[in-house]
Amino acid sequence: MLQVFPDIKGRFGDFGGKYVPETLMGPLQELEEALDQALEDPAFHEEYHHVLKEYSGRPTALTYADKMTDYLGGAKIYLKREDLNHTGAHKLNNAIGQALLAKRMGKEKIIAETGAGQHGVASATVAAKFGLECKVFMGEEDIRRQELNVFRMKLLGAEVVPVTSGNGTLKDATNEAIRYWVANCEDHFYLIGSVVGPHPYPRMVRDFQRVIGDESRRQFMEREEALPDRIFACVGGGSNAMGIFYPFLEDDVELIGVEAAGKGVHTPEHAATLTKGTPGVIHGSKTYLMQDENGQITEPYSISAGLDYPGIGPEHAHLFQTKRVRYESITDQEALDALKLLTVKEGIIPAIETAHALAQAFKEAPKMSEDETILINLSGRGDKDMATLMEHFQEEVE
Amino acid sequence: MLTKTSFQGKLTKTENLFIPFVVAGDPTPELTVEYAKRLQDEGADILELGVPYSDPLADGPTIQRAAQRALKAGMSLRKAIQLVPKLREAGVEIPVVIFTYYNPVMQIGHEALFDMLEENGAEGVLIPDLPYEESEEIRELAEARNIEFISLVAPNSDQRIQRIAESAKGFLYCVSTLGVTGERNEMSAEALSFIKRVKEYSQVPVAVGFGVSSYDHVKLVNEHADGVIIGSKIIRIIEDGLEKIKNGETEQALNDFSSSISTLIKG
Ligand SMILES: Cc1ncc(COP(=O)(O)O)c(C=O)c1O
Repeated sequence: MLQVFPDIKGRFGDFGGKYVPETLMGPLQELEEALDQALEDPAFHEEYHHVLKEYSGRPTALTYADKMTDYLGGAKIYLKREDLNHTGAHKLNNAIGQALLAKRMGKEKIIAETGAGQHGVASATVAAKFGLECKVFMGEEDIRRQELNVFRMKLLGAEVVPVTSGNGTLKDATNEAIRYWVANCEDHFYLIGSVVGPHPYPRMVRDFQRVIGDESRRQFMEREEALPDRIFACVGGGSNAMGIFYPFLEDDVELIGVEAAGKGVHTPEHAATLTKGTPGVIHGSKTYLMQDENGQITEPYSISAGLDYPGIGPEHAHLFQTKRVRYESITDQEALDALKLLTVKEGIIPAIETAHALAQAFKEAPKMSEDETILINLSGRGDKDMATLMEHFQEEVE
Repeated sequence: MLTKTSFQGKLTKTENLFIPFVVAGDPTPELTVEYAKRLQDEGADILELGVPYSDPLADGPTIQRAAQRALKAGMSLRKAIQLVPKLREAGVEIPVVIFTYYNPVMQIGHEALFDMLEENGAEGVLIPDLPYEESEEIRELAEARNIEFISLVAPNSDQRIQRIAESAKGFLYCVSTLGVTGERNEMSAEALSFIKRVKEYSQVPVAVGFGVSSYDHVKLVNEHADGVIIGSKIIRIIEDGLEKIKNGETEQALNDFSSSISTLIKG
């Protein structure tokens, strides 16, 4: 029997907790109490699932990738289609849950950080839907490479706040969002986009994403009358992975989280936090992170803005330490190749983040037997990545 | 209110405390020693020596800039602690509190941190992202090593105020407003009533920080609390002299620094 995590101190084994300035302890306490009440209230669950169904289009499909399966020759490959959510990624599941909670708490203003822009778009979307004011913090580098999503957020009525510190990526956007929240916590709700940050965020985001795993389990049983042998998900902060893994933690199912190896884990340019990082504290939580020998956080790199983060959710750190989940890493180039392959074989253009999970699964599938099954969390669609994809594939397709 | 063990007996005042904050290594370790000496000359009672950090969550743009300059100059937690003996050699006798975020501490290790603080003669440590609930082990170690672990309390600490204030050591750092560090122009009535509440519980001097930036401000705070902590404003004064330092007019820059500090503290 698995222990119930997090414990009352917000810990997953050695990881998690609340490493925050004193001014945030009050707001975190308030959030924790409101969350506990909401999760015990059947009316809250009903509303959340109603919005997921009617607004986001859940349940998302489970797709058997027959062409990929034939092509690779090995395990049967299934895709959990989070790309079919409204706004094109799993991020909306969590944004809906937190927006409903914000409303319950009487907070009319939300702030969010974003990397790829998918969480920013999800936040801007729920803000429009539920009549909230929305500010999204986004690094300058990400603003450049995710231009389309920046425009989407603005069109939805959100304010996009450029962040210039550090490399101008997700880490820096998160710092700035936290700083803003410290100063404005009385009437603002901080809508975090992944299973990171101080307690109760990692637990809350996981609980709003577990719908992915709960549905997958049901759909897989219907389809295969068994659970999958292996489940793959990409890991930035780790929310789509926790969402699909969590309901399977106590089952005999192999779980594989895939990090971004950027230009290679033997170069300094990667975002493979568990593969190469060490324990420390980032964004209010004890977890693994990329840092130098003096404990200064180092700048990560990945072609995918959503994985370009030097930390990882504390529950993943725990699952890594206890070896319940296996973590692998995939380079920019391997991800691009997998993206292209799925596109031509299945007619599905995935997000570059998602392509990391695909690449690892495609490596393993041919080595598995034909009566084994694989489930991949297709966390998002690739529309937002067209500019990057054009740089890489323009010549090839002409 | 003061005990023999307060900062190992080195803190002799209990009111009108002036507690300046500088970032070690901003812009160089040598100049940090000079600024510290000048601050002592202008009446500083305790020095907060900040360790630059890549991701300072509690700090506004001014201290972030200082941290960037210091990191560029190669500063680290280890080197900042090793700067303390150099401060002593230069005649800085007031207690020194090392201000550092938690991650660098975790990398050195708790025991090793206190070994270093002891060996180098620092009297206190402050970790802004290690709240009461996460700091038990460090507080016990600090007590055993006779080093003051400085606690912070904020206007929204509510029911936690009593617990934090009653266990405070050295001095209690009272965060006057919600938000990150930075200069502010006023002090609200709520801030004043909050300070009053904190003082009811605290056994040690209560010093107010976050936003103190003018003589009027210093005067006002001292009417209600036992001292002021000034960070961003001092770093701005340092920044005003950077151009002169670059042009080789270091002595002039340091004299300007002293007179600005004097105006800030004494009017
Ligand atoms: C499509 C997609 N997948 C994955 C991620 C990574 O986030 P997480 O690890 O929290 O699922 C992102 C983040 O922006 C994303 O947009």
